[in-house]
Amino acid sequence: MPVNVRIVQGLQEAAGILASDRGAQLLGGGTLLVRDINEGVMTEGTLLRAVDPVLLAMNTGGARVELGAGVTMAMVLASRDLPYLHAAARGIGGPAVRTTATIGGNLFAATPYGDFTTALLALDAVVTLHAGFGGARVMPLVEMLANRARGGVGLVASVGFSRPAGADAFRFVKVARVRPKGVSVLSIAAHLPQNGGRISGARIAYGAMGPTPLRAKAVERVLEGRTLDAATIAAAKSAALEGTQPATDAIASEWYRREVLPVHLGRLLAGETS
Amino acid sequence: MARMPVQFRLNGSDRAVFVEPAETLLGTIRRGLGDFAPKFGCGQGTCGVCTVLVDGEPRLGCLTLSVTCEGRSIETASGLADGPTLHPLQAAFMEHFAAQCGFCTPGMLMAAKALLDRNPNPTRVEVVEAIAGNVCRCTGYEPIINAILAAAQQRGARRA
Repeated sequence: MPVNVRIVQGLQEAAGILASDRGAQLLGGGTLLVRDINEGVMTEGTLLRAVDPVLLAMNTGGARVELGAGVTMAMVLASRDLPYLHAAARGIGGPAVRTTATIGGNLFAATPYGDFTTALLALDAVVTLHAGFGGARVMPLVEMLANRARGGVGLVASVGFSRPAGADAFRFVKVARVRPKGVSVLSIAAHLPQNGGRISGARIAYGAMGPTPLRAKAVERVLEGRTLDAATIAAAKSAALEGTQPATDAIASEWYRREVLPVHLGRLLAGETS
Repeated sequence: MARMPVQFRLNGSDRAVFVEPAETLLGTIRRGLGDFAPKFGCGQGTCGVCTVLVDGEPRLGCLTLSVTCEGRSIETASGLADGPTLHPLQAAFMEHFAAQCGFCTPGMLMAAKALLDRNPNPTRVEVVEAIAGNVCRCTGYEPIINAILAAAQQRGARRA
């Protein structure tokens, strides 16, 4: 049976189909699933195209930001309210990819892809999920990513997070061998809120340093309550590799990723451009 | 699997076709409608030779399903020239030797058109960014960048 495409209006209906049909997958922009069809990886099953306007909603003006899962990287780049996410969005493919690549799709992108998810992870994002025919529920992104490997996550309708305190509170770097566009060697996102000159509630996330984007909790512990000086940065670099499981692929070896991660983390924390 | 009806505008002409459910826009344009300007390259979204404009935005024909283009306006490099008169971008590509084997050219032209339609006076950095998703194995990119900048300058001079 070839691949079928089914257009559904509501998220509930789409979530119900996803729960009852193991061969069904939600189609976002298509940059992952249509590639699988082109390469013969996906030869049968159903692609669900949900056209619910909720998926394209953007609430960006207040302290709490909510982005529909169907919002594209180009839409993020066009938003003046989301400058802290522009570097992460610009890191996703070229312009023709960014007009179709969605936030929701990025949440399911296999390593070394998923750089935008790395940024969301450092913003302590939560996802609104529809699973089965029941109602929506909110789940921390970190939990959703842990569940992702087991499958059956459900339908992600939106992501939400608090706006970073200041322009310098959120930093992102994507390390690639080809500029301006290339697949990640790794990416790092850092949310560094400060209270009285000391870091309070730091969130550091890595992309391409494990099977999914992951939090660098050892680095977060090192940063907590300290000023961002040379000694703190050196301590953070020493803790940088804890919990990482990078892979060897066509872009970089596991060894190389481990070697360069502390260097780029140090530069990011010091406010230097990589 | 039942074929699905799709209607869209292709280079200004209304077209109606039946497509396989998972058929790509590139396949429909090339095999179904006979416009061979956009090319099939990698099929992965990496090379950009299939770049077309959908409602003015650059899209990769190889990763876009035709059924998602219902009611949209599609532009390909075939629609750039006005009869025997080349589009300023095409003329600039010719004058600046921006095409060698020519395989990337239709995608480059459409990526450049998307840029100039949105930003008539781009910087060099903006041009580089605009064609970042388009691979050229012949030119080393410099003639292409120069051609796009020249086309922008020429269009600006014409407006002044």
